[in-house]
Amino acid sequence: MTSVLRRRTLAAAVSIFVLLVVIVQLVPFYVALTTSLKAKSELSPQWVFPLQNLHWGNFVAAVEQAGILRAMGNSVVVTSLSTILVCVLGAFAAYPLARRRTPLNRALGAINIGLMMVPALSLLVPLYSLLAQIDALNTYWGEILVMVTNSLPLSIFLYSAFLRTVPAAVEEAAIVDGANPLQLMRHIVMPILRPVTVTVGIITGVNVWNEYALSGYIMSSRQMQTVPPAIASFFSMQGGNLGAATAASLLSLIPVVAAFLFLQRYFVQGIVGAEQ
Amino acid sequence: MVRRRRHSATINLFYLPAGVLFAVFIVYPLISGVAISFTDWDGYRPERQWVGLDNFVRLVTDANFHSVLITTVIYGVVCTALQQVIGLGLALALDRKVRGRAAARAIIYLPLLVSPVVMGTFYYLLFQYNNGALNDVARALGGSPQAWLSTTGGGVTAIVIVNTFQYVGISMIIFLAGLQSIPSDYSEAATLDGATGWQRFRFVTFPLLQPALATSVILNLIGGLKLYDIIQVLTGGGPGTTTSSVSTLIARTYFANQAAGYSAAMGLALLLIIVVLTVAASTQLNRRRLDQL
Repeated sequence: MTSVLRRRTLAAAVSIFVLLVVIVQLVPFYVALTTSLKAKSELSPQWVFPLQNLHWGNFVAAVEQAGILRAMGNSVVVTSLSTILVCVLGAFAAYPLARRRTPLNRALGAINIGLMMVPALSLLVPLYSLLAQIDALNTYWGEILVMVTNSLPLSIFLYSAFLRTVPAAVEEAAIVDGANPLQLMRHIVMPILRPVTVTVGIITGVNVWNEYALSGYIMSSRQMQTVPPAIASFFSMQGGNLGAATAASLLSLIPVVAAFLFLQRYFVQGIVGAEQ
Repeated sequence: MVRRRRHSATINLFYLPAGVLFAVFIVYPLISGVAISFTDWDGYRPERQWVGLDNFVRLVTDANFHSVLITTVIYGVVCTALQQVIGLGLALALDRKVRGRAAARAIIYLPLLVSPVVMGTFYYLLFQYNNGALNDVARALGGSPQAWLSTTGGGVTAIVIVNTFQYVGISMIIFLAGLQSIPSDYSEAATLDGATGWQRFRFVTFPLLQPALATSVILNLIGGLKLYDIIQVLTGGGPGTTTSSVSTLIARTYFANQAAGYSAAMGLALLLIIVVLTVAASTQLNRRRLDQL
């Protein structure tokens, strides 16, 4: 009897623990929702949901004053092009590293792991002054090339780790049949790599959409700001009107939440895949 | 065979586009960063003076930098420790078939997808002094409101909490994957031998989770040590630089204090710290993964 009782107590304690963490994760989103739906003049506590009079003015301000839609447009351009480039260049770079094990390629593979560890801000001064010299600040191409460079090491790692689990027989056969290297990549290798491409695409897409540390300096003009810099600068100017800043944040989540709902399964596989 | 060799030569060229990007945007900045760190450059004017090791001497003697370094290590170590405990607990709880398991998992890792800047703005609403939801609760319970974001202790605590919960999903997912890779016969055999639940965890499950633990610790540690976004949004690194990390201090030293040479030296220090701590942690945790490539 006592052991049954103990097991039940333990199960209850475990459920309460999980429930608490779930609540902690939801509270910020809930408070953001209540804040964004209230007028600045309304003084009810943040915990109270404004059931009576929903106030949409903050969302209007987010669009008109924070320019959140323009920022989202910039982010769509930067994120989509960066993600495509990372998938293509990553797969191409990984192929020789996985299939042609020359000393040079092994060394490049080892260096690639080192590149994964470089923190973005550690090269801020030389990178920013380089971008200033080549007129890449506040340009799509400058931002995209930096985002691609920083995302490539992980993608090369994932692609080559996957390739090494796949026998090379099909590719060898295609070479014997006279496929040239580009045909080989396009018709044989890229299809084999499709599952990793999903992983790489999701990880890169999320990271680039959310990147702030470098984007905040590379895309600093109001016209060119991507989403995180736009929100951070609007937020820091809105001491008195947090509702509008919060509404801007919530709007920027729409694509992320949509992607999450459609790609949830791949997303989890992606994180797990990245570790194995 | 000739075709094969020509093939290999062409295929090796496939690395080139990525290699050029690395050379231009990582290797060249690394080298020019070293060069800049030996000068007194202000970041704007073309002229700069060679000052030898001055900036590095300053790193070693600058008390302010040292306290920022300690704060950075606190962010790295405390967040990582909390994430392992909570993440492992969640994984153990959600590995069983319980009701609402899929929803709980989804909610716990949802913040992983959200920009830290956005999470920072949401948490700011909770932590602010006036009208902050946390202080409302404190008042309702008869306590006194805390100035979370304008004191050193409050700011560091808030930043640790936000970062821990935003990325606790990483640890949970890694531990869940680890648990699923353990064959159930091990636990069953231990049960037949009369092991209690705790003994099964301590002597069977936990040792077999070592690889998962290593991965999770390293990812969380790197994330915590290079923390930047959340600090900028929640406290801006203040009051003073007391809640700054090395990353935020680098930006402030460069753009606000116009000491580009010193900032470049700090960047090299940050890179060194992260590489040393990561390699140390991974050797310590018996990782085999690094030499697989």
